Amino acid sequence: MNQTTLTLLIDAGKIAVILGCTMGAVAYTTFAERRFAAFMQNRIGPNRAGPWGLLQPLADGFKFMFKEDFVPEFADRFLYRLAPIVAFVPALLLVGVLPFGPDLVIGSQVIPLQIADPNFGVLYFLAIASFGVYGVIMAGWGSNNKYSIAGGLRASAMMISYEVSMGLAVVGLIMMAGTVHMSTIVGQQDGFFGWFIWKQPLGFLIFVVTTFAETHRVPFDLPEAEQELVGGYNTEYGSMQLGLFQMGEYAHLITASALMVALYLGGWQFPGLNLLENSPILYALAGLTVMAVKVFFIIFVFIWVRWTIPRFRYDQLMRLGWKVLLPLALLNILVTALVILI
Amino acid sequence: MSHDLIVLGLLVLFSLALGALLLAIPRLLGARSSQKGLLDIFECGVPLRDGTQRRMQVRFYLIAIIFIVFDVEAVFLFPWAVLFRRLGMFGFIEMLFFIAVLALGLVYVWRKGGLEWD
Repeated sequence: MNQTTLTLLIDAGKIAVILGCTMGAVAYTTFAERRFAAFMQNRIGPNRAGPWGLLQPLADGFKFMFKEDFVPEFADRFLYRLAPIVAFVPALLLVGVLPFGPDLVIGSQVIPLQIADPNFGVLYFLAIASFGVYGVIMAGWGSNNKYSIAGGLRASAMMISYEVSMGLAVVGLIMMAGTVHMSTIVGQQDGFFGWFIWKQPLGFLIFVVTTFAETHRVPFDLPEAEQELVGGYNTEYGSMQLGLFQMGEYAHLITASALMVALYLGGWQFPGLNLLENSPILYALAGLTVMAVKVFFIIFVFIWVRWTIPRFRYDQLMRLGWKVLLPLALLNILVTALVILI
Repeated sequence: MSHDLIVLGLLVLFSLALGALLLAIPRLLGARSSQKGLLDIFECGVPLRDGTQRRMQVRFYLIAIIFIVFDVEAVFLFPWAVLFRRLGMFGFIEMLFFIAVLALGLVYVWRKGGLEWD
């Protein structure tokens, strides 16, 4: 077997493992969300399936599988069928450029713990992330239900509004880093005070707020404001089609948290971790663990905020996006430029 | 470089396969029913009123147009940001004019009430 085939096989294996881990993480994020929610509201939460309810995500999955798969007769069949795929697949594609740890060295084989490391890494993430709008608007239109259309329109207007600020917030970071190459950006964040959060505090803040909007999390979950819109853009969906929307949303949450960690919170780096550099396998495992802990912490913050802050009104949401975040993001670019030049 | 693209293409294939597999399962295992009401438009238990094709606020369209303007701006800012250190003062002043023109546009939309939702 020559080197090229071996590399391709390793890459295919990596993709399978990382996609599997992402789906597992999605399942247990739904579980964690329900348990934390119950804890914060002084309830018990799902605790019957398996020990401490740990098999609950599995039970939910099976329930999705045994539900009837149907298309309402008033719906646009093509868009209705296509929308869940368009919502689900891009969310998974986001894992493609995330760096999960340092290179794993086994014998003479160097395996980067990242599916691909193209020189357009950050741009790839932003571009694929904006695909989410299409799934939402297709579902809203294809369902042909007034709640779905209202939810889909609201969601797409909100997502494109916050996408602008998100892109501009990242521009400040790119100016500091001088590259959009993902592993280089992580490599630059050596030591605790080398993390970009200290050099880009305002950019980080804007990035966090826009991430909440991009992943439809409370306080920006207007697309599925159930008191006004029933279920929002996915009202008419059921069975695994609804499942794909929800899994896509959680996958987007997880990958966006991982991007936040990689860009601003030092990725897999942690002070003192380079003491392990002599034993590559241990080093890689430690890096993976650090990354996982940081990502889980960010996800926990997302869940925590959900049960702390009430939902915004739509006009407040638009005002925040265009009149506060956008000028602040432009200001952040100017200040960053001045700081670098002086 | 091209290797990265091949791997990303592989990722696309894997993700599509996973999505298709998940969608295929309820077709095989799912319940079959011909319940009356399953095919009706969702409306909280009362007869449907106002239909589905209702008028929508024109502001959604306005937001989409403003978005295109500012997103194109972001596209120009990315290469500038990567090369910022190399361009130095020249690049900064050039981009200052660019951002100033766009900020002017934002101020105009703002003053005209294009961002109001009340």
